[in-house]
Amino acid sequence: MEKGRELLIFERSSPGRTGVKPPTADVPEVDLDKVLPKGAVRGDIEGFPEVSELDCVRHFTRLSNENFGVDTGFYPLGSCTMKYNPKVCEDASRLSGFSRLHPYEPEGLCQGALELMHELEGYLAEISGMDAVTLQPAAGAQGELGGMLMIAAYFRDKGEARRKVLIPDTAHGTNPASCRLAGFDVVEVRSSRDGILTPEAIERLMDDGCAALMLTNPNTLGLFEDNIEKIASIVHSKGGFVYCDGANLNALMGVARLGDMGVDLVQFNLHKTFSTPHGGGGPGSGPLGVKKALEPYLPVPRIRKNGDEYSLEFDRERSIGRLKAFYGNFSVMVRAYAYIRLMGAEGLKKASEMAVLNANYLKERLKGHFHLPHDRTCMHECVFTDRLQRRYGVTTLDIAKRLMDYGFHPPTIYFPLVVDGALMIEPTETESLQTLDEFIEAMKRIAKEAEEDPHLLKNAPHTTGTARVDETRAAREPVLRWTGSPPTNPDHCT
Amino acid sequence: MEKRGFTCIPHTDEEIARMCGVVGIASVDELLNVLPGELRLTRPLRLPEALSEQEVGSLLRDMSRRNTSTDDCSCFLGAGAYNHYIPSAVDHIISRSEFYTAYTPYQPEISQGTLQSIFEYQTFICQLTGMEVSNASLYDGASAVAEAVLMAGRITGKNHVLLSSTLHPEYRETALTYLEGGGVSSRVLPYCPGKGTTMIQAVEECKDDIACLVVQHPNFFGSLEEIEALSRAVHDKGGLLIVAVAEPLSLGILKPPGELGCDIVVGEGQSFGSPLSFGGPYLGFMATRERYLRQMPGRIVGQTVDRNGKRAFCLTLATREQHIRRARATSNICTNQGLSALACTVYLALLGKKGLMELSRLNIAKAAYLKKRLLDVKEISAAFTSPCFNEFVIKVDGDPEGFLEELLEHGIVGGLSLGRFYPELDRHILVTATEMNTKEEIDRYGEVAEGLFARSIEETRR
Amino acid sequence: MEFPKDLKYTKEHEWVREEGSVVVVGITDYAQDSLGDVVYVELPQEGGSVTKDEPFGVVESVKAVSDLYSPVTGNVVEVNDAIIDSPEVINDDPYGDAWMIKVELSNAEELNDLLSAEEYQKYIEEEK
Repeated sequence: MEKGRELLIFERSSPGRTGVKPPTADVPEVDLDKVLPKGAVRGDIEGFPEVSELDCVRHFTRLSNENFGVDTGFYPLGSCTMKYNPKVCEDASRLSGFSRLHPYEPEGLCQGALELMHELEGYLAEISGMDAVTLQPAAGAQGELGGMLMIAAYFRDKGEARRKVLIPDTAHGTNPASCRLAGFDVVEVRSSRDGILTPEAIERLMDDGCAALMLTNPNTLGLFEDNIEKIASIVHSKGGFVYCDGANLNALMGVARLGDMGVDLVQFNLHKTFSTPHGGGGPGSGPLGVKKALEPYLPVPRIRKNGDEYSLEFDRERSIGRLKAFYGNFSVMVRAYAYIRLMGAEGLKKASEMAVLNANYLKERLKGHFHLPHDRTCMHECVFTDRLQRRYGVTTLDIAKRLMDYGFHPPTIYFPLVVDGALMIEPTETESLQTLDEFIEAMKRIAKEAEEDPHLLKNAPHTTGTARVDETRAAREPVLRWTGSPPTNPDHCT
Repeated sequence: MEKRGFTCIPHTDEEIARMCGVVGIASVDELLNVLPGELRLTRPLRLPEALSEQEVGSLLRDMSRRNTSTDDCSCFLGAGAYNHYIPSAVDHIISRSEFYTAYTPYQPEISQGTLQSIFEYQTFICQLTGMEVSNASLYDGASAVAEAVLMAGRITGKNHVLLSSTLHPEYRETALTYLEGGGVSSRVLPYCPGKGTTMIQAVEECKDDIACLVVQHPNFFGSLEEIEALSRAVHDKGGLLIVAVAEPLSLGILKPPGELGCDIVVGEGQSFGSPLSFGGPYLGFMATRERYLRQMPGRIVGQTVDRNGKRAFCLTLATREQHIRRARATSNICTNQGLSALACTVYLALLGKKGLMELSRLNIAKAAYLKKRLLDVKEISAAFTSPCFNEFVIKVDGDPEGFLEELLEHGIVGGLSLGRFYPELDRHILVTATEMNTKEEIDRYGEVAEGLFARSIEETRR
Repeated sequence: MEFPKDLKYTKEHEWVREEGSVVVVGITDYAQDSLGDVVYVELPQEGGSVTKDEPFGVVESVKAVSDLYSPVTGNVVEVNDAIIDSPEVINDDPYGDAWMIKVELSNAEELNDLLSAEEYQKYIEEEK
């Protein structure tokens, strides 16, 4: 069988094969007909595989070989902060005192877990300048939703009808989506030619029908929102809140605090800034920090500390309720906690400083070769476009695909939407000068290839196990599960 | 003394100087001067000092020891988080950093590992639930219920929702929190006090235009609901039936909701390969009929081919999602539970068809034995008459909190006292048994319980 | 890029062909090119009504979604079901086989607000 042609686990199935066996029953067997009602028992689980442990391990090991993680190579996915995850944090999350703890055990049996969570809340509050933090949201988007629901509840209590939220055109898609979910109408604010928000633009739109401004700082162009203090005061003067999407916090730790800039709420992305792994698409964790005025609205339960004892408080009249069951993605919190203890104040500050230095270094060295829409100091990420390569018919997509042949994961492409053909590069502080220089070399070569041999790029990638994937066909003819019928492609072999 | 270095930050002073030279600055501080001066922090963050890796390891170990995990007690808790054995291979596979340090598979050419395993996961969920399409995961069972309710609203155009009282109370709370934003009204339907299942007449008597009914199966009390009858009742009202499965191991034995008239199945996949982990991360799953596909939130992986005609997988139908549809997306979800879904896929592959069915039967047997053993104690009775899977509710003579506290002194976490969720069930405890509870443990629970009551009768006599 | 002279256009990149009291509506070559490979289209029901400048459907490509805005007000007398099953026709033949709806006009004066082929072409050039 050719390398790289991995069967589905269902196709590897062989009737009668066993994997891991459950223990033999040490209690009497039950007659299902006696304990379950008629017709309650299912028939055969059709298509469910029967494979050996070795089959299974080989299958997933080979699949892992077709993947690319931060541990594989440079992964400059803008706004995702793909920094290296220290292994000691992984080990900490697997300690059985954490991993085998049932959430409903009596509080007296969970003091270590509650202590960790309470301290983590405090660290996040300190780093961001917020007054209170909840660790419950399962991801950044859920944190956003929580924040917006809290704002809605606040105004409901005040008897003020505020249906609108201002959102810049540079915002991540979760921002408007979260607002809509919380029942708000989205009013888009245009950023200036300099890529940032102006007080005038906010002044024009802010009124007492607006509940909040939802911005990101630094924004998705990697630029610091210079006017944030003035903007915050305009929003506050009309009685609204300033929500900051904390996805880009990696630029600010120990350097500046969002709470000092007039921000009232911020959600953290532990899987970005605080180095918990991305998991192939989660699990993440999106704690939410708020200023005092909104503290009563935080989801339940809250963690209380009384002397040396920790407890959970459920009875909170004005709480918005729950965003999920239990307390949040605890083992992700363990990793973030371990990371913060590893780095300390000094390390976190250095991390932000080096993240910003790395991004500016890349910006300076790439700017001759790729179009840079905003040629000014950036924060932890920078945005280029494909404008110079378009004259050869080469697009951002082609550049991204060709980067894979050089052993790099592509940057974020086609986001933010305000930049045509955006290439958003976020190196993070965990990358060395060596790695950056290798990446720069590759990008320079690609720019040259665009000029001299555009077809090479248009047909990239060439050296990966899978060639360019037909995403159109996937959408036009959705096949979303294995159904046991033979594949239509005769080239696929057993 | 040399300034402390950080293993995650590779820059040497010499390199920093060189890079600053290229950027045209004297120091990194100059870069940060783009921030308004008054915002620059002039003091260090008030955080504990950095520790070495060895010290962090030691600190976290000590902290973990200040918990009593299921390793160190006999645990009979369930209620949406189940103590199941996780085969060793699961952790080995999800610890492969090619899986766990990758992110969302936006570039399919170098993410076939993640993508194919999600495709397999989607298939598993469809097979188990009897539905046609599944997404790539949601955060957990509770938020999956919330998303399903919103989805039913979009599909039917109606805005009144029925939630069974036998749906996990925290799932109900979550749904209500999510519904706050949408002008949707809801009602909680009562349960039959004898059977411990949703009162079907309550559906039949409902006068409003309902979008959906959400029922858990097996329900929070561990009881099997009458899904087919509920399906008929809610369809008669023009609404959709949403079934939430908090203990999906039950699907190894029970008829899948897809065969019982359900329209959307959601649930909690924690039982399949995710540790208890003090409540998270867990795994929300959602599956539905093909005709509702475009209203389903969350990522979806589809099969296609690459340029050479080789089978390949990629994220698809992304136009439902926030990064394209923004304010009009089906949901705001972005990062989901990728690695937990992988753990689930590996777990199910390892167990296989026979293993899954056998494990389900074993759980029923353990719970049945626990029930018998506990009901042998005359001060303990069964609360409800309906059949159950691996959990059930007992009623005790006296204060259940006191009972549980005393059990604790014997190293037994006897179950979940229900009074905090159901004030009328003030002497009731939800108890669970899985393959992790040995016969000895179960016998001991019975013995200790007997002893407790005997002692307290003695004391009352005196 | 094509701009057939016998058609009228809107700034939302729809085209209109007059067939007596009925107009035929579709999306332009520029629109399909910007969208990329079309994968899905949602159209109204026959017998339904449409209003000038209001959305009447949706067209999706792999990476984008676009509302379809009606250039006129009236009743939908015919819908091109064929493109629902084969949305790729929208890329291949936007002005011919990929017509979307036929509308019985309720106010013929609305046609005066539409752009000619030259005006539409000029509009696109200015947008860039």
